[in-house]
Amino acid sequence: MTGIAEKVIAGQGLLIAFAVVGLVMLVSNFMAHRLTAGRIHGSAIAIVIGLALAWVGGEATGGSKGLADVTLFSGIGLMGGAMLRDFAIVATAFEVDVAEARKAGLVGAASILVGILLPFIVGAATAYAFGYSDAVSMTTIGAGAVTYIVGPVTGAALGASSDVMALSIGTGVLKSVLVMIATPLVARLIGLDNPRSAMVFGGMMGTTSGVTAGLAATDPALVPYGALTSTFYTGVGCLVVPSLFYFTLRTMIGS
Amino acid sequence: MTIYGVALLAVCTLLGAYFGDLLGAALGVKANVGGVGIAMVLLVSARLLMTRRGDLPSDVRLGVIFWSMMYIPIVVAMAAQQNVVAAVKGGPVVFLAGTLSVVVSFFGVAILGRAKTPPPEPNPMRDQNESERP
Repeated sequence: MTGIAEKVIAGQGLLIAFAVVGLVMLVSNFMAHRLTAGRIHGSAIAIVIGLALAWVGGEATGGSKGLADVTLFSGIGLMGGAMLRDFAIVATAFEVDVAEARKAGLVGAASILVGILLPFIVGAATAYAFGYSDAVSMTTIGAGAVTYIVGPVTGAALGASSDVMALSIGTGVLKSVLVMIATPLVARLIGLDNPRSAMVFGGMMGTTSGVTAGLAATDPALVPYGALTSTFYTGVGCLVVPSLFYFTLRTMIGS
Repeated sequence: MTIYGVALLAVCTLLGAYFGDLLGAALGVKANVGGVGIAMVLLVSARLLMTRRGDLPSDVRLGVIFWSMMYIPIVVAMAAQQNVVAAVKGGPVVFLAGTLSVVVSFFGVAILGRAKTPPPEPNPMRDQNESERP
């Protein structure tokens, strides 16, 4: 019996990973609807659960690859590995409507650039303050403050260590969750009540799940405008952070 | 054929990875520079080209869209294999970097959102733009 089970586990790890992640998403969406009345996006909860599972896996095995170090869940390593991750992220660009993008215009483009630069500076400065003073770690954590996608993409490109990657992702996830929760609370304060400011908002905050969930909780009519600019944010971030920002930072701190 | 969409996505991602590595080598770093971003530009260009030459077959689209819908679950799997045990030790970094960046960005929205929006002018523009769309 155990022999057969082991054979299934060893040979079909990716399928086990699909089932496990599917279950995590199911639980997360249930929690999002029932416990937070849809205020927090199910995907944000799922990512937090993922990080929690990684912690459990790390504590259980003493390894550095989270849940993927547990034999039963080794397929998680393939499913969440660099190959499929980049594949899926590239796929999200397919629906970008260039004509719609032009409508966002100059303000939208400006907000994306400023919106990537500001959290990057904050994240990199925080990293430096806590002793992560090499350019790769500062860039990776700064990238995490951009979004939880830009963080690991940047970290993988620059060869950051796994704990810095986890800090980077954690920062991005926290940002996403905070945007979801805080947006309806500060909407009036920051003048978020018309399509144009919603486009600026999408470009400034960038985290698509945070932006769409936050706007939905503020005024559902604003969601498409925020989503329009935020769709570009991660792509632009993946392009400029590991290149332009990294080189600039490396030149500035000289290491 | 759905596989055409998957293959298109694969080719774009591979080319992006290649050019990203090439750009990295040209810039003198042993790193992939903007490979994902380059792949995205290639994919959007490919789509525009196909739409211009006729309509985009829905099964080709399906091959790409399936993977774009898988991106959150894949990110969850990615989160589940991070070295969180090590990151928990650096807890305050996450808390400070996350919170401060959101606060700073909210300020940015307040400034950029208002500064470029003189109340009476953009409204007719926006109405015009919207009425142009079918």
